Amino acid sequence: MIIHSIFFYIFSIIAVFSAIMVTISRNTVHSVFFLILDFITISCLFIMIGAEFIGMIMLIVYVGAVAVLFLFVVMMLNVSKQKNEWLGGEKNSNHIPIGLLISGVIFFELIIVIGGWKYKPELFKTFSSIGIDLNSTNTHEIGKVLYTDYIHLFQLSGMVLLVAMIGAIVLTFRQREGIKKQSYFRQISRERNEGVELTDPKKNEGVKIDV
Amino acid sequence: MFEISLGHYLILAATIFTIGVVGIFLNRKNIIVILMSIELILLAVNINLVSFSIYMNDLTGQIFTLFILTVAAAEAAIGLAIIVIYYRNSGTIRVQEIDKLKG
Repeated sequence: MIIHSIFFYIFSIIAVFSAIMVTISRNTVHSVFFLILDFITISCLFIMIGAEFIGMIMLIVYVGAVAVLFLFVVMMLNVSKQKNEWLGGEKNSNHIPIGLLISGVIFFELIIVIGGWKYKPELFKTFSSIGIDLNSTNTHEIGKVLYTDYIHLFQLSGMVLLVAMIGAIVLTFRQREGIKKQSYFRQISRERNEGVELTDPKKNEGVKIDV
Repeated sequence: MFEISLGHYLILAATIFTIGVVGIFLNRKNIIVILMSIELILLAVNINLVSFSIYMNDLTGQIFTLFILTVAAAEAAIGLAIIVIYYRNSGTIRVQEIDKLKG
């Protein structure tokens, strides 16, 4: 049990440190690296607490897809001269105290809510109909519920992903000028009298071709 | 102290949430870092849902974590596409110079 506690403290210290480094790093690429470290640490916490499926899915989705997407965008845009320096801003220093104050108030309120929260004693035993069966694995339990009780929400989340994909393609698609492309419609609808021209050349003059 | 309870996870999630909010409030230079702060906030919400789900013996929290993950991935894709076309049109993604709305 004490090993569990030590691991929890190590992982949470790493997670909070890397979250801070995400926001205050000068270099955007370093921010993405610390974001990856944060995701991996939190997924380790999830695996440790007993939610293995969510931890692995977080590794796949966040580290494998989202963070790499961030890295691609950082590489494509020229952000090397656009450093992230929110403490060194010169003419916009009036919003920093207000932002820190509001963030402190938010943190204070969250801590008050967590500290003053009372558990109902019967809450830990049976909370809803979907209890966790400790005899089978976490993935098995999620699979039994996700495709039966939550099938509509599952399909709807697939729709969300489809709409996001179409939206991203439509947003970033552009028709470039001055590129030679094959036009099937013009190829097929070409007729004989625009492709072939009959001339009657005179002797020793030939045919003048203008392409 | 040495018994890890639900409160420990909630405090960790509150800390990460606040760091994300600080990142949104105080960042004035780079809009990609703002998107990363939004990802941090969603991560804190996921921590809350999973820890409640484990400590209360209820699987619904983990199911909803999956849906939040889906929405986060979609939101990151759309947001980065918007950033790319904004950079293509105006040549900058500094937060101070994005003032087309005169806000």
